[in-house]
Amino acid sequence: MRVIYTLWLRQVKRFFRARSRIIGAIGQPLLFLIALGYGIGSIYKTAGGGSYIDFLVPGIMAQTVLFAAMFYGAMIMFDKQFGFLKETLVAPVSRTKIMLGGALGGATTATLQGLLVFLISLCLGFRPQHWALVPLAIIILGLLAVAIASFSSGIGSFVQDMQGFQAINQFLVFPLYFLSGALYPLQHVPDWLRIVAEINPMSYAVDAMRDTLIGQTHFGLLKDLVVLLVAVVVMVTFGAYRFRHIEA
Amino acid sequence: MALKPAISVSHLTKRFGDFTAVDDVSFTVKEGELFALLGPNGAGKSTTIKMLTTLLQPSGGELHLNGHDVTKAQDAARKSFGIVFQDPSVDTEMTAYENMELHAALYNVRGSETKERIQTLLELVELWDRKDTLVKNYSGGMKRRLEIARGLLHHPKVLFLDEPTLGLDTQTRNLLWDYVKRLSREEGMTVFFTTHYLEEAEAVADRIAIIDHGHLIALGTTKQLARQTGTKSLEAAYLELTGKTVRDEAAKPGDEWRARRRARMMK
Repeated sequence: MRVIYTLWLRQVKRFFRARSRIIGAIGQPLLFLIALGYGIGSIYKTAGGGSYIDFLVPGIMAQTVLFAAMFYGAMIMFDKQFGFLKETLVAPVSRTKIMLGGALGGATTATLQGLLVFLISLCLGFRPQHWALVPLAIIILGLLAVAIASFSSGIGSFVQDMQGFQAINQFLVFPLYFLSGALYPLQHVPDWLRIVAEINPMSYAVDAMRDTLIGQTHFGLLKDLVVLLVAVVVMVTFGAYRFRHIEA
Repeated sequence: MALKPAISVSHLTKRFGDFTAVDDVSFTVKEGELFALLGPNGAGKSTTIKMLTTLLQPSGGELHLNGHDVTKAQDAARKSFGIVFQDPSVDTEMTAYENMELHAALYNVRGSETKERIQTLLELVELWDRKDTLVKNYSGGMKRRLEIARGLLHHPKVLFLDEPTLGLDTQTRNLLWDYVKRLSREEGMTVFFTTHYLEEAEAVADRIAIIDHGHLIALGTTKQLARQTGTKSLEAAYLELTGKTVRDEAAKPGDEWRARRRARMMK
């Protein structure tokens, strides 16, 4: 436990020391929220969809967590590049614990960023349907963060350099995001897109967020949570497996 | 009195594809000994250290550290050594003290002992005044000293130093070897190091091994190596044994093989 806690703390400390990272992490979702929210909002309303900003906020929170948790893999690349990774690899501790400590730290900072977006949305006039469900929404963000941070540690474990990581990151993250229903309702999309979205685990996290915060759901909360939990187990296993096989 | 070996290596081999980086190397290092591994760039020094420190799996042969089989009882072996890598491996976004604390957690140094030990070691390497400075604000020499203090935190029986004095000024180098010799004397710690500075090896090491093209080509005291080659100094003996051609070094073990494979695929 001490190892996991110490490595978790390292990620959290480093996050709070890097102010630029916090600003960067908030800037992008804020841009999405304002540009899309106000840009598309009026058409969305005319089409009978209700408030687009309300619809968008849960998706943007999930997006923030997705991007921020994927960044944890980049931290592993930095640790490789600046040598710190070797310090942990020769330590008499199971690699699974090392991977878990870091990934949980990365997941914590990602969840915090998602919450920051939530606070900003409140300033923009967003109100959750039931305040009592907000803690559940935070847990959902946390689960998503753990799954994605573990996934990105798995990727970070076998990619050799930052360029390679960025390429894979872009290649994976954008489809996960744009094909998840974060930006549009899945009810009226063409069949092929709906099928792709149904395969995408990210859709279930977005849907769970939307259900808890604004009471709209496509799959139903139970199904969302089951898929999310399965994703956490699969991703942690994947991340731990890849991390165990790093050779320096 | 026969001491049990601190390090025993027999028929150690590492292949990357069809390139053999370390080829059937055997030697033992006695407890408390200061042992230098020398060789030109790309000879297999770092690959050997990486296998001894569990960072690379050998392709063949056996490795024992303080009686622990390095490939089978990895964690027991890992507890028993400390290492200062060729490239820095401290977290530069944390303070020196935080780096030490993290190491104490990784090696499960008891909480009550941790504070005292960290203070003793940081005082030894003269960094106690700067313990709360982020390491990114340290000079190269300070980082190196911190890494040595960190490597010693968990009372290792064997200390590995992979080119520890690379890029350091003469004062820092002398200081560093003074610590290392003192610790080896006082705590009976075995020291295994690589260096390109032959005068360092001559001054510090009890015995010297020379490796080239993955083969162990000589092993003995400075005097024995000089006698064996009919030369007068370690440098002359070294050049006699390894020749005068300049070698290229791959950044990481295996890179050379990867580059060759890539070149082959391009044809």
